[in-house]
Amino acid sequence: MRSLERVDKRLTNGLALGVIWLAAITTVAALGAILLYVVVNGIGSLTPAFIFTWPHGVNMEGGIWPTIQSTVYVTALAMLITTPVAVLAAVYLAEYAVQGRLVRTIRFAADSLASVPSIVMGLFGLAAFVEGAGLKFSVLAAALALSFLLLPIVMRTTEEAIRSVPRYARWGSYGLGATKWQTVSRIVLPSATPRITTGVILAAGRAAGETAVVIYTMGTMINAPLFPSDGGRTMPVHLMLLAQDGINLHAAYGTALVLVLMVLAFNIVARWVSRRNRSMQG
Amino acid sequence: MSAGSPREGQAQAPAPQDRGPAGNGGLSRISRATHLKEALLRNAFLVCACVAVAGVTLIFVFVGYQGWPIFAKLGIGEFLGGRVWYPTKGLFGILTLVVNSLLAMAGGLVLGAPLAVGTAVFLSEVASPRVREVTRPAVELLAGIPSVVYGFFGLVLLRPIIARVFGGLGFGLFTVWVILGVMIVPTIATLTEDALRSVPEGIREASYAMGATKWQTIWRVLLPAARIGIIDAVILGMGRAIGETMAVVMIAGNAPVIPDSIFKPFLTLTTVIVMDMPYASGDHRTALFGVAIVLFVISMIFVASIRVISRSRGEGD
Repeated sequence: MRSLERVDKRLTNGLALGVIWLAAITTVAALGAILLYVVVNGIGSLTPAFIFTWPHGVNMEGGIWPTIQSTVYVTALAMLITTPVAVLAAVYLAEYAVQGRLVRTIRFAADSLASVPSIVMGLFGLAAFVEGAGLKFSVLAAALALSFLLLPIVMRTTEEAIRSVPRYARWGSYGLGATKWQTVSRIVLPSATPRITTGVILAAGRAAGETAVVIYTMGTMINAPLFPSDGGRTMPVHLMLLAQDGINLHAAYGTALVLVLMVLAFNIVARWVSRRNRSMQG
Repeated sequence: MSAGSPREGQAQAPAPQDRGPAGNGGLSRISRATHLKEALLRNAFLVCACVAVAGVTLIFVFVGYQGWPIFAKLGIGEFLGGRVWYPTKGLFGILTLVVNSLLAMAGGLVLGAPLAVGTAVFLSEVASPRVREVTRPAVELLAGIPSVVYGFFGLVLLRPIIARVFGGLGFGLFTVWVILGVMIVPTIATLTEDALRSVPEGIREASYAMGATKWQTIWRVLLPAARIGIIDAVILGMGRAIGETMAVVMIAGNAPVIPDSIFKPFLTLTTVIVMDMPYASGDHRTALFGVAIVLFVISMIFVASIRVISRSRGEGD
């Protein structure tokens, strides 16, 4: 009986671990399938002419340059708006805040903001910035709407980064007679910078790939925006319209590939920043 | 920022001001100027933190202002309980869309949650460090892929395959379930892994010391110990699934009926906005903002329920 039980125990263990391996393999395979499919089908479109020229005609022949420019512009502006506010908000939560009703409210609001569906954020941007504030379809309206989406993400990663700074560093600073702000600005934030940077870069990747928010705040007109008041069409919006209309799948594959490569680049840079930091500390 | 000024302030601080104003905590030996600056900065940070609160309020106000008239005009019952969505005839019942959204979410969850929890257990308990080095970035990358790319992938690769195997056009719940199932994996997996890692090492050692196998430890000890975190993760995954728009709109087929087959087209709360917004006006447009209110409230309910569950854990232990 006992030996039978032991065999049974080992068998169950082996089977269950096999299932867990299978789950992990499926996840990795799903990523592999998406990347492989996009790369294999898009690589043929990926020529300098495709990247650096304008689309033309009803079939969007030619390149996608203005959509790349729009994407980079709106992402950069959104990060410029989000980062200072989110970092300082995280400084408050991690260093200054005393547990209480106010902090609970702020955390609940941040969590809620993080889980607002992006389509709702898009309609909010349309009602508040495009129409309410009279910004029209513009890079600025899109960047503002995006910044509400990114705020909780950057806040969370920054707060974790600040909390991971060892307490001794703060004690040392206070022991030397530094004030709270001196400690935060010269000791805590510099040590937390690499991890904050990682979080900001990952959030930028999120902004660059966002569709539902931008489509209602920046519009769909193909344009190379120069001022924040100009409209434009970002790469995700371009891809969505190409795919929906079913015209020029060639360009759709190419756009998907450029978009995925951009997101990959953001992820690799973020990983590199955090790894460099780890090796510096270790 | 202004590097020198606080130190100057300290140096000039005369003896009578040694004791700063009350409520200053540990910072008593500073000048009034430094104290003022510190207080000012503190309040500036507080304002930044309150932007999150302002954001939620603004969303509620603006979307609510645009969408509320439809509730007032039709009544909450008729808007939420009406089964027919036929804007050109002035019929704005969203029950069908709510049911479709819930169906899409449930199927995505059934496929995605086990996959995600399995992957999280793998990362936290099973994988060797080297295998983990490959698997974890894969999960993070999956989170980074834009939803429009998921939709495109579903449209051009998955949909034709499903159409060939099961017949029909390939638009429908089944296609959406597969894509949503993959999309929610990173959300659930990262949070579940965090929950598993926060289980103390001693508990694992105790289980192994009693002769338990790895699987017995995972199933009987670790998963129960991390269950609150896993439930939170799954609820966040549900929020992600029900709010997903761009991936779903490309593969759902978008017919405003409750589908009688999982291979038939259907329309959800999120996709109706994308489909109708370009041409909607008047009551139709108001109704779309009404749909956005419903989505916003659903996502708030998910967040609030996570809060309630976490709080009950705090009292239970």
